[in-house]
Amino acid sequence: MKIHIKNGRLIDPASKTDKPLDVFVAAGRIVGVGDTPAGFEASSVLDAGGCVVCPGLVDLSARLREPGFEYRATLESEMAAAAAGGVTRLACPPDTDPVLDEPGLVEMLTHRARLPEFAHVHPVGALTTQLEGKALTEMAELAEAGCVAFGQANRAVVDTQVLLRAMMYAATFDFPVWLQAQDPFLARKGVAHDGEVAARLGLVGIPVAAETIALATILQLARETGARVHVTRVSSAAGVEMITAARAAGIGVTCDVAIHHLHLCENDVGFFNAHARLDPPLRSTGDRDALRKALASGAINALCSDHTPVDDDGKQTPFDEAEVGATGLELLLPLTLKWAREMKLPMVTALARVTSDPARILGVDAGCLKVGAPADICVFDPVADYLVSREALKSQGKNTPFLGYAFPGRVRYTLIDGHLAFDGTLS
Amino acid sequence: MSVMNTGGNPQLNRHGELKHLLTIEGLPREVLTRILDTAAPFTEVAEREVKKLPLLRGKSVFNLFFENSTRTRTTFEIAAKRLSADVINLNISTSSANKGETLLDTVDNLAAMQADMFVVRHASSGAPYLIAQHLAATDRDHIHVVNAGDGRHAHPTQGLLDMYTIRHYKKDFTQLTVAIVGDVLHSRVARSQIHALNILGVPEIRVIAPKTLLPTGVERLGVRVFNDMREGLRGVDVVMMLRLQNERMQGALLPSTQEFFKSWGLTPEKLALAKPDAIVMHPGPMNRGVEIDSAVADGKQAVILPQVTFGIAVRMAVMAMLGGN
Repeated sequence: MKIHIKNGRLIDPASKTDKPLDVFVAAGRIVGVGDTPAGFEASSVLDAGGCVVCPGLVDLSARLREPGFEYRATLESEMAAAAAGGVTRLACPPDTDPVLDEPGLVEMLTHRARLPEFAHVHPVGALTTQLEGKALTEMAELAEAGCVAFGQANRAVVDTQVLLRAMMYAATFDFPVWLQAQDPFLARKGVAHDGEVAARLGLVGIPVAAETIALATILQLARETGARVHVTRVSSAAGVEMITAARAAGIGVTCDVAIHHLHLCENDVGFFNAHARLDPPLRSTGDRDALRKALASGAINALCSDHTPVDDDGKQTPFDEAEVGATGLELLLPLTLKWAREMKLPMVTALARVTSDPARILGVDAGCLKVGAPADICVFDPVADYLVSREALKSQGKNTPFLGYAFPGRVRYTLIDGHLAFDGTLS
Repeated sequence: MSVMNTGGNPQLNRHGELKHLLTIEGLPREVLTRILDTAAPFTEVAEREVKKLPLLRGKSVFNLFFENSTRTRTTFEIAAKRLSADVINLNISTSSANKGETLLDTVDNLAAMQADMFVVRHASSGAPYLIAQHLAATDRDHIHVVNAGDGRHAHPTQGLLDMYTIRHYKKDFTQLTVAIVGDVLHSRVARSQIHALNILGVPEIRVIAPKTLLPTGVERLGVRVFNDMREGLRGVDVVMMLRLQNERMQGALLPSTQEFFKSWGLTPEKLALAKPDAIVMHPGPMNRGVEIDSAVADGKQAVILPQVTFGIAVRMAVMAMLGGN
């Protein structure tokens, strides 16, 4: 299959390119950018007129809910959501059931995900067995099975000696360690940011100190062990400051933020809106503003969807009993563009946070449009509205605080390894 | 399942009238005052030979108590019966919730029994909102929801009966200094009182508690914070005590009831710092010797039993305004 993507505005953050250029694809790879390669005869021409042509999005956290939670989502439904959202590569956290702590489970997942219309799946293996924070997993075996990093999803390793040793062991193989910073004691029973809204609504709060205290531990141990640490889902201004300071002190730490925390804050809990029950909690407007700025400057390295499909029953409960999380794969692009517009950022900078930057964190040679790279491409109309509705969402999870909103940024085509995985002109 | 919970405020209809009573926060002063005015004549009903009015005749009021309560449930039951409603009491903490039925399934089943009003108590903050939103989303808006206490969030009829009591004894809200003492952190009563006092124009609302029993940012609810009870009680017109639950000794919030009583228990000696005509209130049930000394609880300044009596009238007023014929 030879594909010619014509008339588009090519934005490739990796090469800092933003100009009208055609793209040529053959045998699953990019074979030309700009001029037609010699002897290239397209079997298919995709019109990208009025559209941006960029690398397929790379999402550092998408829960596919397999294995174990198929009533919430299946690989099929979530892969359709990824393609519709222009996401061609994603990392999935290990908090499945059973958790991703055995090579066989990882192999099964990557095998199931190996369909041409499916995004590339990079499992994050469990750092400790059962995510219990007690015993190490077989990291080398898990890496062979396809794990790109090791983490705990949003569960903490309470025992700091175990955490130290897990990081040392990972560092032995130079495996990245992905950790969410939240002290489980300060977060105990907490369901919302410990601030004015929680005080008013009578919700149990999670203070910012839950993040900063856990971060202090993680950063100290990163320094001790030399482990390659990636902090997931930073939620507070104070957290960003600590990571920035650690970097200045020579600790090679990266971090990401979720789309919800970039656009929402504690006030969006409104009158107990269970869709705003997220982990970490939505924090103050000051925290949100700091996260937006830090992502723009690159102090926060990547933006992810933190895609977490939840079935309706899981949200049709009182706020404190509601399942945590929001669907996000199909919102990653529109919410990236919304943030870029509001921050007056060049699109090439904004798209770097969802393409080349997260690809670097994953350690894969992808997220770019250079000749020879896998043909993972997103073509989107930056002006056409995407209306978030239960009907439009392909994810099985219809749980998002953005239901009913319309955002500019509509995917026209998604190519995965040169395969047309989504064609928005058909709908 | 129905339409998703979108988080809107379903308390008022589009004419600004009360459709449900979920919280005092955000209620217009006129609505609040109208409830108190409506309650006034109902206090006399209790003194009649026949204590019944026909305002809710033919209506079914379901008391949905997902959390144990004797006093609140009883006063709601009396109030509904005095308005001639049929009252059905359900203690769900001991029935279907344990069998795995979801809150909204329970609500759907009871709604199918032609309920006109749900009086809801639930351990989770916001549960009555979920019910009201669910009823709206499924076109059963004619069923009214009264919040009888949800988690730490609100206990609006308690807040209203407290306002009724203050108005009865003090007449004018705009000259008062009011102190709320004790476990504000876990108290839905305190939150409702604070909103009501602010709406009614009380110029100084104080909360008095150790730092472990105050929510973060409580001052932004419009109160002055005192940790020292003696300082906080100086010159106040109204002292509103809160109940301290025994489980607060767990989780490192307090060392002991004895130490709590010493610092924040209301004794005659501490009460003497308030104005001589200050009134003492308590939402009940009281822990004598923990938050309040018996000499105060049984003393001349206590208006704790009148609170209970007024509570019935206020609950009658709320139910009559929401669902009255």
